[in-house]
Amino acid sequence: MSPSIGRRGLLAGMGMLFLGACSKVADTKIGGTLLDSAEKWHMGIHRSLASRMALAPEYDRSERSPTFRGNGSRTVDSGAYRAALANGFSDWRLEVRGLVDSPMSLSMENIRTLPQRTQITRHDCVEGWSAIGEWTGPQLSTLLDAVGVQDNAKFVVFRCADELSGRQYYESVDMVDAYHPQTIVAHILNGEALPEKNGAPLRMRIERQLGYKHPKYLTAIELVDSLDDIGEGEGGYWEDRSGYQWYAGI
Amino acid sequence: MAKTTKKHGLITRIWHWLNLVCIVVLFMSGLNISNAHRYLYWGNYGFDPADAWLAVPRFPAWATIPDYYSLALARDWHNLMAWPFAIGMLVMWIAMIANGRFWRDLRTTRAEWKLKAIWHDIVEHAKLNFDHAQEPGGSKYNFLQKLAYGVVLGVFLPGMIFTGLAISPGFEPNAPWMVDLLGGRQSARSIHFIFSWGIFAFFVVHVLLVILSGPVKQISDMITGGRQ
Repeated sequence: MSPSIGRRGLLAGMGMLFLGACSKVADTKIGGTLLDSAEKWHMGIHRSLASRMALAPEYDRSERSPTFRGNGSRTVDSGAYRAALANGFSDWRLEVRGLVDSPMSLSMENIRTLPQRTQITRHDCVEGWSAIGEWTGPQLSTLLDAVGVQDNAKFVVFRCADELSGRQYYESVDMVDAYHPQTIVAHILNGEALPEKNGAPLRMRIERQLGYKHPKYLTAIELVDSLDDIGEGEGGYWEDRSGYQWYAGI
Repeated sequence: MAKTTKKHGLITRIWHWLNLVCIVVLFMSGLNISNAHRYLYWGNYGFDPADAWLAVPRFPAWATIPDYYSLALARDWHNLMAWPFAIGMLVMWIAMIANGRFWRDLRTTRAEWKLKAIWHDIVEHAKLNFDHAQEPGGSKYNFLQKLAYGVVLGVFLPGMIFTGLAISPGFEPNAPWMVDLLGGRQSARSIHFIFSWGIFAFFVVHVLLVILSGPVKQISDMITGGRQ
């Protein structure tokens, strides 16, 4: 056997060792911490390079995708939801609660009469695909100003009607994304009432993050000082269930 | 300070091995990410396989990091290793320009772009003859090497960083022109994929040539520095 074969064998062995090491590293405390902190470095650099209120690109109507894909929950599997859908969501309520001075419960009519923002934006799914649609709804900041957010509130939690694999969907953002001008409570997509598969009657738009941060079938907006006691404490359905990144700007 | 007589400078050597680790993890975690939506599109949007210009095969578990389908964990690895990869690339480029190695070793000359000269290089490679005359102060690489290293260092590797940034919706508001320049987010994603296979092709040829040209000496030179 020539020495170069031995060397190659050694290199191949080292390669295998290295790949095995990857899964081991991820399982260790330091490895896990490192993987988590990379997410925070990305968030830090994204937010320090330009204004924290920098806008996601907005497109022309002609640039919209022909349809808007529905993914994840495409409906809510309950009799109450079917009934609500049938009567045009006239009894649907959106609660704004938690660390606020005056909690509110809004009807769809209340939401429609607030000042509206319309934006044509691109929706990027964590899987890799993108769709472009025109969204309309009040800015979240309008709602937050109306209820009076208390100083100790650090996160906004979005409660949803839909369940996936037996768990309630929810999501959360910090106050930077909560007050971002493009963060809206959308009830119209491409000029028509939000379709069932896209989250009727209400879904969030968190334009600088991936699709799983845009919860659908919205029932409540809750201000909290910590995410620890919500769900399993990771800040969202996919974060709890599969370890997705809470900051989904990458 | 005396001019180094090493074949490979210290920064080159550190970067080379660090970059190898980064590329391997990024490539293999990238294959896992690719499995999440195996279709590539041009333009800004794309979600319907009918509109795809390429349906990518599903990559087997043994080729991916982690070695089972996990978009979350693959993205963790990908986003972590993007840091040493990008910072290493930046340091390497600054060093190459500052110490003149870029101009000396990688720049091709007009004379080299002659078909006859290129053919000569190809023939010599095919004969596994890797000795080539080096003029004093001239490049240690022949034309094909300069071209390969130049394209990898100048286009594919930095291209991965730029297309990677362009895919990121959180980065985009900082430099929306980058996405426009690449022809839209789905185009950036497609180019990211194409360049990754360009790097893979380079990797295969590079390793093959190292094996054919005396792997023990080549690898130890890339560790110790070797002699000019």
